[in-house]
Formats: sequence, structure tokens, C-alpha cells
Amino acid sequence: MKTLLLAATLSLVSTTALAEAGSGKQLYSIYCTQCHGVAGDGKGINAAQMAVQPRDHTDTKEMSARTDEELFKVIEHGGKSINKSVLMPPWGDNLNDDEIHALVGHLRELCCQKN
Amino acid sequence: MTKGIPVKLRLTLGIAAVLAVGVPLAVHADTAADVKQQCGSCHALDHDYAKAAKHERAERKAPPLDFAGNKFRREWLYSWLQNPVRLRPAGVFPPAHAKPSADGDVVDTATLAKHPALDAAQAGKVADYLMTLTPFDALIAAETYQPGSIAQRMGQMNFGKFKGCDGCHQDAPDKGGVSGPELYTAWQRLQPAFISAYITQPAAWDPHTMMPVGDANAAAVHKLANYLKLIGEKQP
Ligand code: HEC
Ligand code: HEC
Ligand code: HEC
Repeated sequence: MKTLLLAATLSLVSTTALAEAGSGKQLYSIYCTQCHGVAGDGKGINAAQMAVQPRDHTDTKEMSARTDEELFKVIEHGGKSINKSVLMPPWGDNLNDDEIHALVGHLRELCCQKN
Repeated sequence: MTKGIPVKLRLTLGIAAVLAVGVPLAVHADTAADVKQQCGSCHALDHDYAKAAKHERAERKAPPLDFAGNKFRREWLYSWLQNPVRLRPAGVFPPAHAKPSADGDVVDTATLAKHPALDAAQAGKVADYLMTLTPFDALIAAETYQPGSIAQRMGQMNFGKFKGCDGCHQDAPDKGGVSGPELYTAWQRLQPAFISAYITQPAAWDPHTMMPVGDANAAAVHKLANYLKLIGEKQP
């Protein structure tokens, strides 16, 4: 009985996590790839014209040096809030907390789950 | 000609003719149907998209026109509809037109379609009709923007260095980001109050907009709008 319940809970968790990762990827495509690139490497269509280059989100070393809270903050309030470039916009008016969490999850995949 | 028609019907026809001339709505009813048919396959003409999931933004074939009467200048619509040049260097959903290259992502211009053009008579009717689509009169009425002047250097620094608008928008041909609509022609295209209201709160117009809020402070927004006026008035 106990194992059955546990299995059910586990499968619930994993489908929610999957849905979130999926939406994180979609949101990243809509709002972030224009600067950070379709591959997340910082080379989006806008990058060539920009005075400060967008962060390469596949850079494992740099991205691992940031906590999830730090990533959440820069997405919500923009580069200026962490004393970085205003070219990283604040997304708090476009995205709700759940969506920003999903994006942080996607950033973790981009930086640190390449095989 | 009307000889054979019974008096009663003649009267009705007469009234219909008077109505058609006197009440523009009757003309608009026809144009509304035409626009729905010819333009509705790509453009939203009502605000239903606002209720859809966010991913809707990725599937858009064209910018929404449901608030066209609160957004555009009628004279710009009339001329652009006859000669529809490109406004968004990377199309309406840029990620769909981006392709990786050795120098980073580039815009695949071959995937950007030409816009259908109208003749002058159609363009006039369609422009008149689009100007009746004004669901956001309240947002416009709440605007306090009075067009003014700003020095070129100050305006440019503000648009670029201070607010980062140039990350996504061009303030001169081939200068600036390409994911947003070109802005050196914004002043000819858009109503001044719309420019100010949209910069302040883009998501109030379109909850799935790809435009962030750079700075919602009224004085800062008015400065940006004055810069768009300055560069727009220099355009031919
Ligand atoms: C207009 C271009 C632009 C867009 C759009 C954009 N960014 Fe950025 N982003 C930048 C730039 C430029 C930097 C580098 C800032 C710096 O180093 O000063 C950056 C940096 C970052 C960083 C690193 C911050 C740090 O700690 O160094 C993260 C994380 C990030 N962006 C996430 C996102 C996400 C998520 C999105 C989409 C919701 C997004 N960005 C959309 C331009 C952009
Ligand atoms: C095949 C799809 C398609 C059809 C059909 C179409 N349009 Fe468009 N329209 C577009 C696209 C894509 C753009 C964006 C062009 C750009 O930014 O360069 C656009 C832009 C516009 C704009 C400028 C909107 C803005 O926000 O900048 C107007 C006005 C417009 N169309 C009117 C019309 C009218 C009126 C019709 C019908 C007679 C029509 N369109 C039919 C795809 C279409
Ligand atoms: C991350 C990219 C980005 C940044 C940064 C940005 N915009 Fe935008 N802007 C857009 C997009 C994209 C649109 C069109 C809405 C859409 O397609 O979702 C837009 C629309 C506009 C419009 C309406 C133009 C039209 O023809 O519809 C104005 C005006 C405008 N932006 C001004 C600004 C100003 C001023 C700034 C700086 C404070 C700025 N934008 C920063 C992406 C951006």
C-alpha cells in the first residue's frame, strides 16, 4: 500500500516537473533567444548590435557560480538590479513568479545538463 | 427606372440609400466583413488572444489589429496599406526567423513574406474602418504626454545607454536591435499618446507582448517619446 502511494506521488511530481521544464523552454524561446541565442550561447539576432554581450547560458562555470535566487532576481528586475547592463531587461511585468521559476529551471538545464 | 417598383418598396430603398450615405456604420459593416475575410487569417481583430496561454505569442502570424484605432495614425495606415514596407526586421515572431551561423544567429530574410498591398480606394476604406477599433480609449485618455523637444545627443544616450531600448529596436536604419519594430519611423506611424502609454505599460495592451518595461516613470517615458519624435521627423 505504502509503495503504491509513493509510486503514485512520484509519478505526479515527475509529470509536473516535466511540464514546467517544457514551459521554461517555451518561455525562453519567446522572451530570451532574441538576445541569448536559439542555442542559449549568448549570440542572439540582437547581439551583433549590442554594446554589452548577452551572457552565454551554456557556460557551465559562470552559470554555476550563480544561485537560483540570483537568477530569479536578474530575470525579474533586470541587469541594473545586480549592477550589470541595462541591456538585460527586467521581465517582472511580462512574467509571473511561476514562469520565472520555470525559466531558472531551464537555465539550469542549459548550463549544466549537456551530455 | 423606379417606375415598376411599388411605392412602399421605393420608400424603403430610398431610406436605405440615405442611411448608407448618412451613417458611415453601414459602409463599415461591409468593410468589416472584407477585413475579417482578407486580413483575419493573419491578424487578430478581437482581443481573445489575451485570454489564451502565453505560447499564443509564438504562433502569431501578424501583429494584432484589434486596437488599431488607438494605435495608428490614419494617414500612415492609408499610405502603408498601399505600399507595405517592412517594419519588423526579424518578422512578427523573431525566433521563427533566426538561424544559427558561424557569427551567431542571423535573420533568415528569405523566410519573411511580402505584405499584401491594397489600392487607394480599398486602403482608404480599410484605414477608416481600422480607426474605429478603439477598445482602449481609457488608456489613451489617461495619458498626460505633451509632445516636446529633446537634444539629439541626450535622446540617443537615453534610448541606448540608460534605458537599453536599442537592444531590440533600431533608432536609425541598420542601427540597433532587430527583434522589435523599427522605431525611427514610429512617430509617423503611431499616435503620440499610444507611444507614451505603450512604453509605460506594454502588457496592458497585449499581455503576451515581447516588450519589457524599461522605465515606467512618466517623465522618463516622455523623454523617450520626444526622442522618437525627433528622429521620426527627420525621416523623409
Ligand atoms: C535585450 C537583450 C536581452 C534579452 C531579451 C534578455 N537578456 Fe539576459 N542578458 C542580456 C545581457 C546584455 C546580459 C549581460 C549583462 C552584463 O553582463 O552586464 C544578460 C545577462 C543575463 C543573465 C546573467 C546575469 C548574471 O548574473 O551575470 C541571465 C541569467 C539572463 N540574462 C537571463 C535572461 C532570461 C531568462 C531572459 C528571458 C526572459 C533574458 N535574459 C533576456 C541581454 C538580454
Ligand atoms: C499572410 C498574413 C497577412 C495578411 C493576410 C495580412 N497581413 Fe497585415 N501584417 C502581416 C505581418 C507579418 C505584418 C508585420 C509586418 C512587419 O512588421 O514588417 C503585418 C502588418 C500589418 C500592419 C502594421 C501593424 C503593426 O502593428 O505594425 C497593418 C496595419 C496591417 N498589417 C494591415 C493588414 C490589413 C488591413 C490586411 C488585410 C487587407 C492585412 N494586413 C493582411 C501579415 C498579414
Ligand atoms: C527585449 C526587447 C525590447 C526592448 C528592450 C524594448 N522593446 Fe519596445 N518593443 C519590443 C517588441 C517585440 C515590440 C512589439 C510588440 C511585440 O511584438 O510583442 C515593441 C514595441 C514597442 C513600441 C510600439 C511600436 C509598434 O510599432 O508597435 C514602442 C513605441 C517601443 N517598443 C518602445 C520601446 C522603448 C522606448 C524601449 C526602451 C525603454 C523599448 N521599446 C525596449 C521589444 C523591446
